[in-house]
Amino acid sequence: MGNTAWVLTATALVMLMTPAGLALFYGGMSRSKNLLNTIAMSVMGYVVAAVVWVVAGYTLAFGTDIGGIIGFDSLFLSGIKVTDLWATGSIPVLLFVAFQMTFAGITVSLASGAIIERLKFSTWLVFAAIWILAVYAPVAHWVWGGGFLSKLGVLDFAGGTVVHINAGIAGLVVALMLGRRADYGKAMFPSSVTLTVLGASMLWFGWFGFNAGSELAADGIAASAFLVTNTAAAIAALAWMTIEYITYKKFTLLGIASGIVAGLVAITPAAGFVDTSASLIIGAVAGIVAFYGVNGLKKALKYDDSLDAFGIHGVAGIWGAIATGIFANPEVNELGTGLLYGNADQVMIQIEGIIVTIVYTAIATAIVFKIASILTGGARVSADAESQGLDEVEHGEKAFNLR
Amino acid sequence: MKKIESIIKPFKLEDVKDALAELDITGMTVSEVKGYGRQQGHSELYRGAEYVVDFLPKIKIEVVVVDELVDKVIDVIVKSARTGKIGDGKIFVSNVEKSVRIRTGELDNEAV
Repeated sequence: MGNTAWVLTATALVMLMTPAGLALFYGGMSRSKNLLNTIAMSVMGYVVAAVVWVVAGYTLAFGTDIGGIIGFDSLFLSGIKVTDLWATGSIPVLLFVAFQMTFAGITVSLASGAIIERLKFSTWLVFAAIWILAVYAPVAHWVWGGGFLSKLGVLDFAGGTVVHINAGIAGLVVALMLGRRADYGKAMFPSSVTLTVLGASMLWFGWFGFNAGSELAADGIAASAFLVTNTAAAIAALAWMTIEYITYKKFTLLGIASGIVAGLVAITPAAGFVDTSASLIIGAVAGIVAFYGVNGLKKALKYDDSLDAFGIHGVAGIWGAIATGIFANPEVNELGTGLLYGNADQVMIQIEGIIVTIVYTAIATAIVFKIASILTGGARVSADAESQGLDEVEHGEKAFNLR
Repeated sequence: MKKIESIIKPFKLEDVKDALAELDITGMTVSEVKGYGRQQGHSELYRGAEYVVDFLPKIKIEVVVVDELVDKVIDVIVKSARTGKIGDGKIFVSNVEKSVRIRTGELDNEAV
């Protein structure tokens, strides 16, 4: 009962992350003429996932395993009774379905940050639906649904590989396929850093459900995951702010918000496996590597990952997955033993999980995006629409009417 | 009649308005404008991308006064809007050929 109550609550917390937290985090960073379109991509990522998940996504990810590759029982959740309990024995299967649905929703929405301000909205809707089935569900199955990566021993407590690396790579691939925005390299002012910071704070709040909820029980490991999540976010904010101050002599609030998210991303796979001192290292390194992901990598390679879906989620996600292999402490959770506690193989297993995910996600996302593009008559809005702004062209609305 | 247009720093608006009120200047038109002169712009930093903002926000005050008041008004505006730092703004004076108070139909000096 207590476990069910906690996971019900956690599910609602994670839900808030996408159509509120991520929507505002990303929306505030987009130009004011594209603010609503950017918010709409997050909102509809969640909406599409909510439907696709109960139709087929859940059974592909968590149905009976077929050769380690995919799951399947039945469409439309048929056959699942309200009295059925999930494998952990203490929460209803239907609650597990709902909890996992919120993860599918945030993952596809996270990828949208790489491709804002130039993608056709219809392409986005079709892409989101197919991507959840063809990319998210298989990867979730491999790591969490009894597929081959879980048999290999990959540790991913709450979604470093399944959610963040997956979304970061998908974003990068689609950004490369879609091409840069016409104004790339020119001054593009974020519409509101205020909204972005509010969004980052809502993400932080929801992340307690994401990480501590992934224990699927109201117990000590959930409490530990909660605390290390908070610690990693805070130290990563300090790390990003400090390195940005050293580099540019400003304490930008956008940098602080970005650091918070980088820390949350990196602690995600490790949350139920590591102790507090490890979370300080994981968070601090996350702030620094993501800072360079955004300020170094992107500038050097000149791709237009508009809001740094790859620069933050991809880069900090990869760090977090490796760090889990280093710092997993069996005194926290007997299910995970890392390099520092004598299991040198774990780091290699983590790297294998990362590589498999990157390769599969990159190839499958490219195919899915091509299909979505063909089905909607081209993925990119016209040059006129891009300069006019997608709020007006795609939605017929304005974010603000100030007079 | 002369029109005196002053471009000033936004936070100086209250000081200038109060100083003009002491001269019994009973009306003015204020607009929020953008522009740059010798001060040039400033730069903003977003995730490592530094953008130069060319146009800075300024306030434009327009007052129309009888000829005899022009020098006094200019003097008051200069004193109240001045900080001594670059970007304090400029004052332009031009002739006004005619003025009408719409409600009463009064003309020229009666109408300013």
